[in-house]
Amino acid sequence: MEIFRVKTDIPFMKFRKISAIISTSIFIASILFLVTRGLNLGVDFTGGTLMEVSYPQAANLEEIRSTLKKIDLPEAQVQNFGTSSDVLIRLPVVENLSLADLSEKIALTLKESDPALKIERVESVGSQVGDELYEDGALAILFVGIGIMLYLWLRFEWRFAVAAIVANMHDVVIILGFFAFFQWEFNLTVLAAVLAVLGYSVNESVVVFDRVRENFRIMRKSSVIEVVNNAITRTMSRTIMTHLSTQTVVVCMLIFGGEILHNFSIALTIGILFGIYSSIMVGCPLAIWLGTNQSNLAVVDVKAEK
Amino acid sequence: MNQYSSWKYILILLTIGLSLLYVTPNFYGESFAVQVMPVKAGETIDRSTLKLVESSLDKAKIQNIGIAFEDTDIKIKFKEANDQLNAKQVIEKSLGNKFVVALNLISNSPDWLSNLGALPMYLGLDLRGGVHFLMQLDLSKLSEKKNDGFLVNVRKELQKENVKYYDSKVINNYVQLKFKSEDALNQAKNIIRAQGSGRSIFGGKGPAKETEAFNFSQIKSNNEFILKIKNNQYTDEENVNFALKQNLETLHNRVNELGVAEPIIQQQGKDRIVVQLPGVQDTAKAKEIIGRTAILEMRMVDEERSDPATIEKAENGQLPPGTELYYDRSENPLLVKKEVILTGERLEDASPGVDQMTGQSVVYLDLDSVGTNIFKEVTRKNIGKRIALLLIEKNYTEVITAPKIKSEIGGGNVMITGMENAQESTDISLLLRAGSLSVPMEIVEERTVGPSMGKENIARGVNSTMWGFAAIVVLIVAYYMFFGVVSVIGLSVNLLFLTALLSALQATLTLPGLAAIAITIGMAIDANVLINERIRDEIRNGMPPQRSISQGYDKAWGTILDSNITTMIAGLALFMFGSGPIKGFAVVLVLGILTSVYSAIFVSRGIVNYIYGNKRTIKKISIGEIFKVENN
Repeated sequence: MEIFRVKTDIPFMKFRKISAIISTSIFIASILFLVTRGLNLGVDFTGGTLMEVSYPQAANLEEIRSTLKKIDLPEAQVQNFGTSSDVLIRLPVVENLSLADLSEKIALTLKESDPALKIERVESVGSQVGDELYEDGALAILFVGIGIMLYLWLRFEWRFAVAAIVANMHDVVIILGFFAFFQWEFNLTVLAAVLAVLGYSVNESVVVFDRVRENFRIMRKSSVIEVVNNAITRTMSRTIMTHLSTQTVVVCMLIFGGEILHNFSIALTIGILFGIYSSIMVGCPLAIWLGTNQSNLAVVDVKAEK
Repeated sequence: MNQYSSWKYILILLTIGLSLLYVTPNFYGESFAVQVMPVKAGETIDRSTLKLVESSLDKAKIQNIGIAFEDTDIKIKFKEANDQLNAKQVIEKSLGNKFVVALNLISNSPDWLSNLGALPMYLGLDLRGGVHFLMQLDLSKLSEKKNDGFLVNVRKELQKENVKYYDSKVINNYVQLKFKSEDALNQAKNIIRAQGSGRSIFGGKGPAKETEAFNFSQIKSNNEFILKIKNNQYTDEENVNFALKQNLETLHNRVNELGVAEPIIQQQGKDRIVVQLPGVQDTAKAKEIIGRTAILEMRMVDEERSDPATIEKAENGQLPPGTELYYDRSENPLLVKKEVILTGERLEDASPGVDQMTGQSVVYLDLDSVGTNIFKEVTRKNIGKRIALLLIEKNYTEVITAPKIKSEIGGGNVMITGMENAQESTDISLLLRAGSLSVPMEIVEERTVGPSMGKENIARGVNSTMWGFAAIVVLIVAYYMFFGVVSVIGLSVNLLFLTALLSALQATLTLPGLAAIAITIGMAIDANVLINERIRDEIRNGMPPQRSISQGYDKAWGTILDSNITTMIAGLALFMFGSGPIKGFAVVLVLGILTSVYSAIFVSRGIVNYIYGNKRTIKKISIGEIFKVENN
């Protein structure tokens, strides 16, 4: 079996103007959503309390809401998730009430009306801790970005490093854009997925760039565009197989992973799909545009020949 | 060209063998156990305790299926949950309250495996259920407390030396005094400086005597001389450090009371403490105990009736009226009056230090105003007698120290002498404050996962991994035929290595960690795909099969390295900046990259070499259909 059969190289780079328009508009749209709607940050970052409660029978959401109103917690969001007997309660940080007391108060009050309920999960994060986690997250993204760039700069050269990192940030911003547009909850686990995507999608660029560098040595008479097109075409089969495998696993996680891994897998899915696109249609054109050519890449080879 | 020397095969077999060894404990399951630990963290258990446990179990006719004795704990395994509960009660009764008896689950894997360090994977709280608290010291309260106490001292000292000042107060984090003359200011400075040098030595680690404990700054304006006194940075850090150590000690004692097996109580950052209690279901009780204050009492030792005969009688249960019998830290009996002079509420601070006169290690106590008056009265009347400091926690009372009163003590500053060294004075002052937290703490993060949800999370993670793995196997074998099979073997070996490493390192496995295992599988296949595609490429270009294989592996190597190192960078960043479950994800990701490079490059090539390497010429290799590109 072979999925990808081509006789001649596909002229990917012919479409680079169209892709540039597409990429730029998605990118700008993402930033717009991020600015206007913002991320729907989970309690990990904003601080607050999240409780998962399960009832032996279908839960009466109205009753829970009114109970919480009675104990002066009208800001509580109460909703079902998964099944009708599972309830998710969300609360912002309440002033004059410590985190520990808050979850205790809710648990006690709810148990009064139905002793059979089970508190499955409580996540309470103070606002200060939340801020710190948020800062750490931003720092991590920055650190990964710089680290990857440095490595690529050493292994390839600065043009590729810049191209790869732009392609990478393009993916990250788009994932964030999706989360902003659909207002999916963005929590620590999703952040982990974003960072994993940073590492993962750069793989894609590296594989193609590796081929480009190699091609520069072999295809001495070809133009830069031809070299790049050939590199992409030759690595296409690998691209498809690898992403198919990873995506398969992520889909399994989406199906079997439950609530906690749900948004995590969604972030990965977006990351994988845009990762393929960006390394081909963002990274490569950018590298060409920055002036990559034989002379600045095949250095090692030239020296060897002398 | 495609031959491995035999040492490489030996290495492969060796690593696989070792991995199998370290993976096995995961399959043995767990049995119910009771764990006995000393109440005080860091203390050891002796053989006599073990004998006591054994005999009490025999007496109650509870059968165990194994006892493990270590210096720090005793673990007894049982067949049934019922035995476990009964045994807990029996052991608790026979050992009294010097030991913590906790329910636990212990791996059934044989001892020889455990002795090799082969233990099952260490599950995070989200997988086994439990509570995680992050507690933060209230630093503003700490400096407030320190500065208030300091100001009271300064006032008293200045009065004693007859130095005139007016307007003294605590502003933010410094103490401010106003003087009419520069002379008075300088005089005051010297007095304060002398006082500071002795008090700032904490546990032998503090600044040397010559180092100033305070920073002074002075302003002169309109015939007003203002002196600002601030702890120097070092003293501040020491204060926070000491408070934190104190609170850690207190939390240890309190958590032990909950009877939790393998709790984690650790410092995190400069001013935070993590408390993790695996398997705890009653979070309300946990919070109550962790937040509770124990009692510190000062009572007089009954000197009139402290002759050996009376004490011996008392030890046999015949107590003189109005007294109680307690033991000090070296197990010496003391007859103590029932009447309480002071309680811990009156104690503002206890800190180790050095007596400037004698150079001996001492403990300083600071009392509040009510306490000061009472103490003055009591010491005046009882010169030459001993005063006992008792710590009462959960019906267990211990005499921390019982110093002799040398003279009337007024002013609320009590110095307890007779400490052997700086370590002892540090220990005693820690203990004196262990009853109550030295500085209030607040829970700033709470994560609770119920036990049933923990089980569900494991199932979820394992299911995703299993299905993902199965799907990849089908895909890869269908696509690359025999080389697909090799990739799948490489992938399985990778999974084996990863689980073995996680078990051997005892890294905490969390739900995101399980997700990382699944993703690692998806990503690990990339290396195999890169290799297989390269081999296809070479064949496409007309290379003979043997050469294609070796070229394929060689050419793919650089790419695999590059792409994995970039992912590694991401993994390391996650590890550095992540906390809790995210860190778990990072650990698996980083380990997964290492094992996948090893298994994809080294192990899979070994298999290919073994199959094809010895044949002189091969016409065709089974790597799936290859579509030849004409005329390229």
